[in-house]
Amino acid sequence: MSAALERLAELLPPGRLLVRPVELAAYESDALTAFRTRPLAVVMPETAEEVIAIVRLCHELQLPFVARGSGTSLSGGSLPIADGIVIALNRLNRILKLDPVQRISVVQPGVINTQVTTAAAPFGLHYAPDPSSQTICTIGGNVAFNSGGAHCLKYGMTSNHVLGIKAVLATGEVVEWGGGSRERLGPDWCGLFVGNEGLFGIALEITLQLLPKAECFHTVLAGYRTLEQAGDAVSAVIASGLLPGAIEIMDALALEAAVAAVHAEYPPGCEAVLIVELEGPREVVTIERERLDAILVASAPVEMRPAHDADERMAIWKGRKSAFSAVGRLSPDFIVQDGVVPRRKLGEALRRIAEMSHETHIRVANVFHAGDGNLHPLILFDGRESGALQRAEDLAGRILKM
Amino acid sequence: MISPASLTELRDAVLSAPRVIAVGAETKPRLSAVDAVKISTRQLRGITEYDPSEFTFTALAGMPVREIIAALAEQGQYLPFDPMLVEAGSTIGGVVASGLSGPGRFRFGGVRDFILGVRFVDGMGRLLRLGGKVVKNAAGFDVPKFLVGSLGRFGVIGEVTFKVFPKPSTTLTLSLPYSAGTMARIANSRFEAAALDVLPGSETLLVKLGGPGAALEVLAREIGGQIIDNTIWDEIRETPWSYKTDITPDQISNFKAAHVSCGGSMAFSHTLPARGMTLRGDAPLWIGGRPCFAIEAAVKQALDPQQRFPTLDD
Repeated sequence: MSAALERLAELLPPGRLLVRPVELAAYESDALTAFRTRPLAVVMPETAEEVIAIVRLCHELQLPFVARGSGTSLSGGSLPIADGIVIALNRLNRILKLDPVQRISVVQPGVINTQVTTAAAPFGLHYAPDPSSQTICTIGGNVAFNSGGAHCLKYGMTSNHVLGIKAVLATGEVVEWGGGSRERLGPDWCGLFVGNEGLFGIALEITLQLLPKAECFHTVLAGYRTLEQAGDAVSAVIASGLLPGAIEIMDALALEAAVAAVHAEYPPGCEAVLIVELEGPREVVTIERERLDAILVASAPVEMRPAHDADERMAIWKGRKSAFSAVGRLSPDFIVQDGVVPRRKLGEALRRIAEMSHETHIRVANVFHAGDGNLHPLILFDGRESGALQRAEDLAGRILKM
Repeated sequence: MISPASLTELRDAVLSAPRVIAVGAETKPRLSAVDAVKISTRQLRGITEYDPSEFTFTALAGMPVREIIAALAEQGQYLPFDPMLVEAGSTIGGVVASGLSGPGRFRFGGVRDFILGVRFVDGMGRLLRLGGKVVKNAAGFDVPKFLVGSLGRFGVIGEVTFKVFPKPSTTLTLSLPYSAGTMARIANSRFEAAALDVLPGSETLLVKLGGPGAALEVLAREIGGQIIDNTIWDEIRETPWSYKTDITPDQISNFKAAHVSCGGSMAFSHTLPARGMTLRGDAPLWIGGRPCFAIEAAVKQALDPQQRFPTLDD
């Protein structure tokens, strides 16, 4: 056992320091499975004090570390560094505080995203950021990557909901920025920390703002013959002055995946499906839904399916949120990209992705947050074919640079 | 006072003196009351990009917020966080550097939640571009957010990009007797109030609602209280408060003389609070001190190693 491991063993009981290859295998990669690295060890702290002691030891020994939550990153966020350690934070999974009057919650980094909303729900509150992986991804990971979700246009990303951070920095310094107030004085250190991709430190306690759950939703799914028509419908919605909570588009291949995975049902013969959701007090939604429906009717969809109740709404979202993992039904491997283009260039971007896909004979599925121009091209490949990963990566590079 | 007329001249201005501080319209004079050569952004005016369909605009730092609000209003859009001291001439760069949001912060967040990108000159004279020009941007360190409230101590802001929203068709204001319970009831409700403030004296609660007029009238009846003129928000916004404190709703009773804004997250006052930041007058910039960690010096060192800009404690 190396000297570093001996020092780590002094900090943690056996069983929470993993060193055997069979134990390490599960930590070699995250959801970006095309990349794998075996770490020297995995540590599983249970308290903030243990995390601090581990980071300080890493600093002293100049031992690289990577923090990990549920490993759902699609961009290698918790990909280990060879000869470094992985700090698995899943056991720091307590909601430390939930204050319904101040509408805040203080959580440890290993708390699962939806657990916050589940805990807040009895008080009529919820935690707004809703990444597609929200039922398994951790708040610590959301903080590290400033995770978004379908409802970003109106409510922003993780950073817009983090009021305070207690963190241990890579230097071993423990900092506390912000707190229970929605306002703060001086530079926004908390804002600088969120989205640091693990380069700044490890969040130990995160203060989140909670919002009242919207009273009423109006969710419409509309199918279109072409992607362009769906895109035009988005432009019309935006130009109307409405501020929908979410505007999403799925293309034909993504629809096929959702049908295969969760038996979602979509209007037949559509190259694209648009999902638009309004939310707010019922009196407001009642007025705004008439406007939205009129705009969508004018956009000549093949079919419009408004959700008539909460179950139908959940079904629409289940299909949409399952799309990433569902693509696994169509292809053994895939790379997901995350890029934002000006909304007016969405149509052009999609056309060029389709051309490149055609040229390279590599299938690309598109699921995207049309409201904020956030594209998620899913590049499908079979890693068992020689050179397939390289070709997929080349295409990914071309898409990013277009 | 130096008044550069372009970002290149702004860079030259930063390098022209050993100690400089940027100023806009000086509507929050205490923030720049330091011993340094003043660089005025008054000639850095104009909206450089505005595409209403993208919900974003980019403007030079010295652009008066009043003119930005007017340009947005022509397209039915607005800055939901209610910038303060607009008629007094506050500039968009000053809004960012001071981190001063108004009552509208309650519903969708403050300056920090709407800034997307920034071009600024650091202490070494580097003109840096950070963040982006699209409504969603999550790549790289979020330096634009960091600069919100940084008081020009890490760089001079030259240009900023913001997210904007469509403006609600109608605004309605209610006045009702304040109690902590009433405030909590409205904050944690289906109403989605745009603002929730308590007037000095802790007797009156103001609720702002935004949306279709017919719907607001129904909501107003359920909330109760009296419908009053919307201009009260202009008065709050234009009041030259001396101090700002970040608070939580349970501290409102300690701020009876103050104007409490944002559902009990901000207090603006004319009398010295126990803790807070001074916007005007001779009191120390940070009343009751401020938290400071070793990393702050490292960031200062990275952006301004020669301390061309004052520190937060100067």
